[in-house]
Amino acid sequence: MKLKKNIAISESGFIFNPEIGTSFTTNSLGVAILKQLKEKTSLDQIKDSIVKNYDIDAITCEKDLDDFLRIVNQYNLLEEES
Amino acid sequence: MKDKKTITVAVTGLNAIDSPGPGIAVIRGLKESDFFNVRIIGLVYEILEPGIYMDELVDKVYQIPVPSSGFDVMLERLKYIQEKENIDILIPNFDAELMTFIKLKPILNKMGIKMLIPTKEQFEERLKGELNKFGEKLGIKVPKSKTVFTINELEETLDDFDYPVVIKGKFYDAYIATNTEQAKNFFYKISAKWGAPIIIQKFINGNEFNITALGDGKGGLLGAVSMRKTFLTDKGKAWAGISIDDPKLIKMANNVISKTKWAGGMEIELIKEEKTNELYLLEINPRFPAWIYLANGCGQNHPEMLVKFLMGEKVDPIEEYAIGKMFIRYSYDMICDLDKYEKMSIHGEV
Repeated sequence: MKLKKNIAISESGFIFNPEIGTSFTTNSLGVAILKQLKEKTSLDQIKDSIVKNYDIDAITCEKDLDDFLRIVNQYNLLEEES
Repeated sequence: MKDKKTITVAVTGLNAIDSPGPGIAVIRGLKESDFFNVRIIGLVYEILEPGIYMDELVDKVYQIPVPSSGFDVMLERLKYIQEKENIDILIPNFDAELMTFIKLKPILNKMGIKMLIPTKEQFEERLKGELNKFGEKLGIKVPKSKTVFTINELEETLDDFDYPVVIKGKFYDAYIATNTEQAKNFFYKISAKWGAPIIIQKFINGNEFNITALGDGKGGLLGAVSMRKTFLTDKGKAWAGISIDDPKLIKMANNVISKTKWAGGMEIELIKEEKTNELYLLEINPRFPAWIYLANGCGQNHPEMLVKFLMGEKVDPIEEYAIGKMFIRYSYDMICDLDKYEKMSIHGEV
């Protein structure tokens, strides 16, 4: 799973999908996750970096990350890895 | 910078109202031309079309007869206007007037007025009632639709559709009906305004996308910009929109323009079905859309390109355009003196 390549991510948390002209907002952690997805970082690596940098255990982090990615997918920002 | 050549362009569709004609947007593009100094002659049907009172955009205005007055009446009026104004180019912006201008084209051409407009055949094959055939020819999916002329025919045909359905006029207006009674009401409402036939179309749930494209009449696409409507009025008209980057849409515009050899501006209205992600063709409008100024804002000034093309200048097709540019309409009260209204009422020109 990776972020569609043309998704624009602003440091402010404004996310723009130029293919369909939709936009969303997220927080700084959301921006960090989306940027890593864009760079094709694996989900395990993303999870590890969150656990390392935030006060959260691995199980809760995995659950929250899944929830976040479900929302990102609903917003049509993801594509399957080719 | 070299001196700009002065030309005179006549434009219709100055009805910058809640469901606006494209005229004012076209004029804004022309006035911003780097190549021409454009003198604008507004051609209006109603004396309260806002463009009449926009002195900074429109240099002279003439009232013209409504298309239903007939070919000869329109020709006489245009002869009178041409004697005074020496128009180089005319850009029609209403669907309902286009057939009259198509018929007038050879005569107007002899009078020195050039137009880049579709032929009668091109105009007719994209009519809403013919859209299924048109889609088949171009390999584009079209929502199932049927054309009806009477209320009995409507009732019979509705049996073949699941609700909701879209009830559309031949030129303008579309309503979503969720039952037979509503569909009949919309039939009466639309046919009273625009006449028969009425089109019944399967409702597709999804996001609407629009493309504005300019064809050279030989199959060449001079420019195309696609956008998604982000705010709709209660009439379903775009009040805001954003330019988008979907190569499939531009490819489709290229396909439509090249296969039809379309001449002039065109708006392609599409819907992407949420469930299947399939694109369906909803309509093809035979003119610039009212949001054409967004194309200018994105780096493609289609009205200027049209004028350059007709004036025999070289026009290089443009593929690039800025993504994520937005347009937002607004309403604005102009304060006007009565004398202009008086002149339009008495003399039909100002």
